[in-house]
Amino acid sequence: MDIYEDKRKRTHTEEGYELLTHSSGEGDYDFGWHCGPYWSRFLAEMRDNKRFLATKCPECGLVFIPPRQVCGKCFAEMNEWVEVGPEGELMGFTVVRFPYIDPNNGQMKQVPYTAIWITLDGCDSRYLHFCNEPDEANLEVGQRLRPVWAEKRTGTIHDVDYFEIIKE
Amino acid sequence: MIYMEKIAIIGVGQTKYEQGKPDTFAELIYEVTAAALEDAGITKDDLDDIVSISSDFWDGRTISSMAICDAIAGYGKDITTVEGDGTFGAVYGLARTLSGKFDVTLVAAHHKGTESNMNAITNTSFDPLVERKLGLDAVSSAALQARRYMSKYGLTQEQFALTSVKNHGNAMRNPLAMLPMDISVEDVMNSRMVADPLKVLDCSPLTDGAAAIILATEEAAKKLTDPAKCVWIKGVGHCSDAYRPGDRDLADTEALKRAANRAYEMAGISDPLSEIDVAEVYDAFSYMEPLWLEGLGICGEGTGCKSTEEGLFNFDGELPVNTSGGRLSANPVQVAGLAELAECVLQLRGEAGEHQVDGAKTALAQGINGMCGQSHCVWVLGK
Amino acid sequence: MGKRVGIIGVGQTHHAAKRLDASGVELIAEAVTRALDDAQLTIDDIDAIVVGNMDHFENINYVDTWAVDGLGAYMKPVFKVTTGGTTGTTVAASGYYQAASGLFDVVMAVGWEKNSESDTQAAIATCANPILERDSFAGAIGPLATEYSMYMKAYGATEEDAAIAAARARNNALNNPYAHSRQAVTVEDVMKSPMLSYPIKFLDMCPRSDGSCAVIFASEEKAKQLCPQPAWVHASVVRHDYTHFGDLEWTYMPTLERATERAYKLAGITDPIKEFDMAELYLPASTCAVKWMDSMWFCDRGGAPELVRKGTFHMDGEMPINPSGGVISTNPIGATGLLRVGEAAWQIMGKSGDRQVENVKKALCTGFGGCSWTDVMILGAEMP
Repeated sequence: MDIYEDKRKRTHTEEGYELLTHSSGEGDYDFGWHCGPYWSRFLAEMRDNKRFLATKCPECGLVFIPPRQVCGKCFAEMNEWVEVGPEGELMGFTVVRFPYIDPNNGQMKQVPYTAIWITLDGCDSRYLHFCNEPDEANLEVGQRLRPVWAEKRTGTIHDVDYFEIIKE
Repeated sequence: MIYMEKIAIIGVGQTKYEQGKPDTFAELIYEVTAAALEDAGITKDDLDDIVSISSDFWDGRTISSMAICDAIAGYGKDITTVEGDGTFGAVYGLARTLSGKFDVTLVAAHHKGTESNMNAITNTSFDPLVERKLGLDAVSSAALQARRYMSKYGLTQEQFALTSVKNHGNAMRNPLAMLPMDISVEDVMNSRMVADPLKVLDCSPLTDGAAAIILATEEAAKKLTDPAKCVWIKGVGHCSDAYRPGDRDLADTEALKRAANRAYEMAGISDPLSEIDVAEVYDAFSYMEPLWLEGLGICGEGTGCKSTEEGLFNFDGELPVNTSGGRLSANPVQVAGLAELAECVLQLRGEAGEHQVDGAKTALAQGINGMCGQSHCVWVLGK
Repeated sequence: MGKRVGIIGVGQTHHAAKRLDASGVELIAEAVTRALDDAQLTIDDIDAIVVGNMDHFENINYVDTWAVDGLGAYMKPVFKVTTGGTTGTTVAASGYYQAASGLFDVVMAVGWEKNSESDTQAAIATCANPILERDSFAGAIGPLATEYSMYMKAYGATEEDAAIAAARARNNALNNPYAHSRQAVTVEDVMKSPMLSYPIKFLDMCPRSDGSCAVIFASEEKAKQLCPQPAWVHASVVRHDYTHFGDLEWTYMPTLERATERAYKLAGITDPIKEFDMAELYLPASTCAVKWMDSMWFCDRGGAPELVRKGTFHMDGEMPINPSGGVISTNPIGATGLLRVGEAAWQIMGKSGDRQVENVKKALCTGFGGCSWTDVMILGAEMP
């Protein structure tokens, strides 16, 4: 195996040509994803009524957020809607400190930001969102959180600006 | 002689092919998975493994298969994803069913061409250094191939138009097709030029849809489903040509010939024109149908258009081709190969309603991967 | 129905942060030619090819058609599989099933990635649901960091346990001439490295690499004819159970638990640590090298830290994990899972040079990726 040449440090060809890279330049890939009936309702309820709706599986009884047509475990269609939250319990969190390009807009993501997994009251699956607390020392699994709704809501997950820790 | 154990397609499901379908990827997959299970008369618990088919580029998300794991009955099952045409994904499904590890395999594909930018997406099939910079995409590269085919054999645009007339006309008998149209050669010639010599009516449309098929071993099929539902796989082959358009003679169909010959050898077919009763061929553009029919050995070199003119491939001809309406009437890209296989299954079962070819016993489906039909996959099915 | 299958040759590139000297196709060719060399075959002996990578890292559509020159796939059957991080093991499974099917006797599985060609995290972020999950998706590292912070709270595992696993893997890589990152590292070095996403630090985390791997599978008669000691496939199991990140279970790794349980059953394994002579596991962070041990039937839940601390998985331990240096030393994502299978195969064939574990009769390989998905492959020196 050691008979193979290790060319990792090469910067030029044997004849002396510099090894080049070629930039694609910037381009937009634009998509117009359909939300379908389940997510459309979910987003509309956040926008118009400041509430979270989830779906419940008729077979296993689990309540899922975001709501969706099919319970994966049971392969059963869900048509029962349940209001969950608005408060919930912090199940997991991480404070992201390394920046990378945001695929939504091509700009670098602003760091640090805190991504959380929250179990909204009455729900079984966890909801992914943000928390406004940037210091890990102040975050603990089990804390109670509440949503802070955006002033201007347009039917996206940003209709909730972030979740905040409920301080007793 | 390549021997293959008997594997059947026991269930099929398809959505209606449309533009701007409001369902999510998962909802499309659930529809066809549930439909295929119902068609086969089995439940998701009878499935052993799943092959999903999707494209990260077309869906706008990496790991595009993640979106449909729940909806494809993937929970607790062995599952994998092929990125390419449905015919190729189905080959892998077939291999898995032959491996002895799985008795019943679901293969399902989804595609939403109208949610994304076709030109940008197919442009990325080309090499970033040269061809991509030229702005080549599916249509402009096909135009180059059409021109090569025309000059090699002295063919005309009017001859290509005949296939478009035939296939859109066939679509009028298929309730699932997107573009049923009663048109003439003149209509095709008058349609807007997109990339010379291809006009709008020479090109397949952007389409949304999904399809699913269920494969089963002979023993599992006997146990689980009605013999009337079973369509047997007689032969299969796939093969790729070179990559760069400049490395190929675009009117040469050697890769297709090899794929077809392997499928024919397995199926014991020596004269495809007389032994095949109905065929679904990947007509992403009008000229492709006669070209691929030559590669399939159904007609001689350069005679695809002549045979089309003679009506050989009409619905009432000697070998009806694209009774579904073809890709010209609905082209959900990755889904297309499964749509072809589904059409073949319906034909061989006698369930094709208004587009039924009487007494069809042997069917052929051919799919392509890559630009200008670089890679081909050929299936022969029998009742 | 179906044939038994053995791996008869493996090839891999020298992996690096950036392989300026090779385009993607050339990188693939490097792995393919080395695999053919290893098996003492020519491309004419290959009946079918399957390739895998993650599209958005290099922005090339229809990679199976693009890579034909490098794969040797001209006028051959070829298609592409892709399943995120598990792509490498998915490719291996595809090679296996195609060779088992009777349709093809000798099948070459190729995984590759040129992560230097794009922003890895940006590309990975697009795996999450764009409408509902993408914006808060904390990169590939997010879920891993979160689950370990919960594990530490539940069972008293420590950041130092992860550091032990990190140092172990990185020092193993010193014996692997192909590894991307080869540095002698102490537990203290790891603890002092910059925090990326609490509690995962720089030296706990995998790099992104340029690299490729090719593994040749052959059906039984061919395998026996062509190779003195094939690495026989004893089991292949895949569980990609989840679609939504919020559905994941955090206290243990469900897909890993379910997939290993099934794989052990198929391969007749009842005491994994005793029966496996080594393992090549897809552990993208050293925290996984602690927490996930609980989900592999090595111990009860919460039992992993003890095993890690007493050196069970070190090179001189009862069951060495990742003699190659593992994922935190080399990570060309489309190839990473396949490298686990290739490295384990070499161990069985006795071709692992300085990283050889003595007398390897049974090896365990895993793949990880996507929405906490797991692939498992078990290889053995004897036919199953």
